[in-house]
Amino acid sequence: MSDLMGYGGRVLRVDLSRGSHSVEPLDREMASQYLGGRGFVARILYAEVPKGADPLGPENRLVMAAGPLSGSFLPCSGKLHLGARSPATGGYGDANIGGHLAMELKHAGYDVLILEGTAAEPCYLVVDDDLVAIRDARDLWGEGSFGTETRLKDLLGEDFQIATIGPAGEKLVKFACITHDFGRQAGRAGIATVMGAKRLKAVAIRGTRGFPVADPSAVLATGKTMFQTIFGLPGFREWTPYGTAGITDWVNQVGAFPTRNFQTGFFEDHAAIGGKAIRDRILVLDKGCFACPIPCGKYCRIEVDGEEVFVEGPEYETVAMVGGNCGLGQIEAVAHVNAVMDDLGMDTISGGNVVAFALECAERGIIKPSDTGGRRLCFGDLDSVLWLTRCIAAREGIGDLLAEGVKAAAARLGGGSDRFAVHVKGLEVSGYEPRHAPAMALAYMTCDVGGHHNRAWAITYDVAVGRDRVEGKAARVIELQHLRPLFDMLGVCRFPWVEVEFPPETYADIFPAVTGVKRSWADLLRCSERVWNLTRMFWVRHVPDFGRVWDLPPARWTEEAIASGPTQGKLLPPATVALLLDDYYRLRGWDRHGIPTPTKLKELGLDYTLTGAG
Amino acid sequence: MSRKLTTTAQACSGCRLCQLVCALGHFDENNVKKAALGIRGSFPAPGRYQVRVCVQCGTCAEVCPVEAITRRDGVWVLDRELCTACGACISACPWGVMFTHPGTPQPIKCDACGDCVPYCPREVLRIAEEAEE
Ligand code: SF4
Ligand code: SF4
Repeated sequence: MSDLMGYGGRVLRVDLSRGSHSVEPLDREMASQYLGGRGFVARILYAEVPKGADPLGPENRLVMAAGPLSGSFLPCSGKLHLGARSPATGGYGDANIGGHLAMELKHAGYDVLILEGTAAEPCYLVVDDDLVAIRDARDLWGEGSFGTETRLKDLLGEDFQIATIGPAGEKLVKFACITHDFGRQAGRAGIATVMGAKRLKAVAIRGTRGFPVADPSAVLATGKTMFQTIFGLPGFREWTPYGTAGITDWVNQVGAFPTRNFQTGFFEDHAAIGGKAIRDRILVLDKGCFACPIPCGKYCRIEVDGEEVFVEGPEYETVAMVGGNCGLGQIEAVAHVNAVMDDLGMDTISGGNVVAFALECAERGIIKPSDTGGRRLCFGDLDSVLWLTRCIAAREGIGDLLAEGVKAAAARLGGGSDRFAVHVKGLEVSGYEPRHAPAMALAYMTCDVGGHHNRAWAITYDVAVGRDRVEGKAARVIELQHLRPLFDMLGVCRFPWVEVEFPPETYADIFPAVTGVKRSWADLLRCSERVWNLTRMFWVRHVPDFGRVWDLPPARWTEEAIASGPTQGKLLPPATVALLLDDYYRLRGWDRHGIPTPTKLKELGLDYTLTGAG
Repeated sequence: MSRKLTTTAQACSGCRLCQLVCALGHFDENNVKKAALGIRGSFPAPGRYQVRVCVQCGTCAEVCPVEAITRRDGVWVLDRELCTACGACISACPWGVMFTHPGTPQPIKCDACGDCVPYCPREVLRIAEEAEE
C-alpha cells in the first residue's frame, strides 16, 4: 500500500494497441500541485497528448482520475473525472461522473487510469485489484448501455463497477456518453467518442484493498460532524425529494429555460416536466452516488407500448434540453427519450440541443422532406425526437451529419442555420438561456470545455444583483470557475454546497485527516486557478487560431431577441459581450486575445507551457 | 434481551455510508469492503437496493468448532482472536451475511453496535431490542 495518504498511490496505464499495461507510482509533485481528479486529467493530457494529435487516433489519451477525497467517509465523495482531447471541439475536454467508480478505482489501489492506443478489435478492460486484463468484447459491440452493464455484472459479479459506451459511442457520434450504475453519465465533450474510437466497450473495476487515510479516527469523527451538519440543513429535506429538476419552475420564472432550440426562455408546459411531476408520476427510488446523503438520482419507471421502461432521471439538464428545448411537455415523453438516449449512450444535453436544432431546420425547410423520407418533423412531437435520436446514434441518413454536432452540421446544411446553432467552441450549450443574464453568458463563453454551465453556474448571481448589470460579473464568473471545478479535483460532488448550503470550506477541514497535509481553502483554490490556466493552454497548444473569437457566444444570443415569456425582447448586445470579455481577460491576467500572459503562467508554476513542452 | 440491526420500510439509496462507518469503526480503515453489512442493487429492474444485515439467528455459533462466536448482551459476537478462519460459519449462515475480505482471514460479522444507524441518510437502519421469553 502506498504511503501517500488519501491516494491509491498508483497510476495504471493501458496501451490498447499493444494489449499491455503498466503500473507507475503516483507523482507526488503532481499530487501537491494538481490535487487529483480534474487536476490530474488536465496535467496528464497536457503532458501526453502530442500537439494536434487526432482526437480519434491512437495518440489521444483517455484519462480517468479520482481525487484525494474520493471514496472517503465524507459527504458525496463518489466523483471520478474523465478527459481527453475532445473530438467535439478539438480542444480540452472533460466530464465528471458519480456513482461508485472513483471509490472502486481507489480501492484497487489506483488514482488514475490512462488509456492509450487503439485496440484492433472491440474489447473491454477488467481491473480487479492487481489483476488487469483486456478481454474480447466483439459480442458486446452493438449492445446498449444497460444491456452491457447487466451482462458484465452477470459475468464478473455484481460488485464490479462498470463504465460503458453504447452504440452511439461505437459509431463515433461526437456527443456520445459513458454510462455507469444504470443511470450515471460522463456526458460532455465526447469522452465516450474517444473510448469508441479506441474500440473499448467498457471498463469493469473492483477494488478491495482500500486506501490509506492519515488519521482514520479523525476521518470518522470529522465525517460524522459533516453528515450531522447536512442532516440539519433545511435543504436536506427540501431539495432531496426533487433533485436537480426541482429548479425547473424557477428557471422558467426568470425566463431562462431553453425552449424550442433557444428561441425563447419560457416553456408553457414546464410544470408538467419538472421535479414535482417526476416525483408524483414516475418515481421509483431516490438513488444516489457513493457516500451521498442527498440522492439526486430520481430512478423512474414509465410504460412504453405496454412494457416497463426504467431510467434514472430525468435530471434538470434533460428536462431542459429534451423537454423545453425539443418542446416535449409531458414528463413521460421526456423520460422515454432519456431512456433511449441513455441506452444508446448519447449525452442528453448535446443530444437535446442537436435534435432541437434539426427540428428548427426542418421547420424552416433547411432539412427537407427528401432528407427525412417524407417524414414531417416538428417541435413537441415525441416521434420526431425519437426518430432523430435513433438516426443520429446509427449515423443513418440525416443522422450522420447531425452526429457531428450543431457546429459542423450547420456548416454543411447552410441556409443560415449557423445563426441558430447554439454552441460555444463547438460544444452544444446546456440548459440555461442567458441572453438576459450576462454572467451566465460569460460562463458559457469561457467554460474550458465549450458551452457548458457547470464551471460557473452564475445565473443566480445575475438574478440577485441585477440582470442588466455588467460590472462585477466577470469577477464572479472567475471566482466560480475556481471554486466549482475544485470539487472535481478533490473528487467530491458540489451539490451539498450548491443546493443544500453546506459550507464548502469544510472540505479543507477534513483534508488533513485524509491526506495528512494541511492546506487552506485559499491554497486549494489556487490549485484550481492553476488548472484553469492549464486547460486554456491546452487549447492554445492544440487549436492553431485559438483566441478571443473562440469565446464568442452563439449568434442567436446577440442577433435575436427572446421571443416570449418574462425575458421577451432581451438580447445580449455585442457591446456587452466585448465588455465582459475585456473585463474577464484583464482580471485573469490574460492578454486581450484571451491568451494567458507569461507573467501569469510563471506565477502559477506553469512555465513549462511557455516552451510548449509537456 | 436480544438485540439486532434491522431495516425499516424506507428505501435504501445505495450510498454505502453504513459500510464506511462500519469499517472505520471496527477496522480503523476507510474501506467499504470490510463492512459487516451488504448492499446489493437490482437494476435496471425493479430498481431497488437490498440491504443485507445479520439477523442474529446464531446458526454461525452452532457450527463454530472453537466457540469463537458467543452471545454477549443479547448479540452473537465473533472473537477474532479465537477464530481459526475455518470458514464453517460462512457456509452455514442462512442469510449470507458472514462477510469475507481477502485482506483478513476471519469472517466479518455484525455485532449490532448500531454505529451506522444515525448515518443512514434514508433512515433505513434501526436497532431492534426485544425481551426474550
Ligand atoms: S447529490 Fe447527486 S450527484 Fe451529488 S453525490 Fe449525491 S447523488 Fe451524486
Ligand atoms: S446508509 Fe442507508 S441508504 Fe446508505 S447504503 Fe446503507 S442502508 Fe442504504
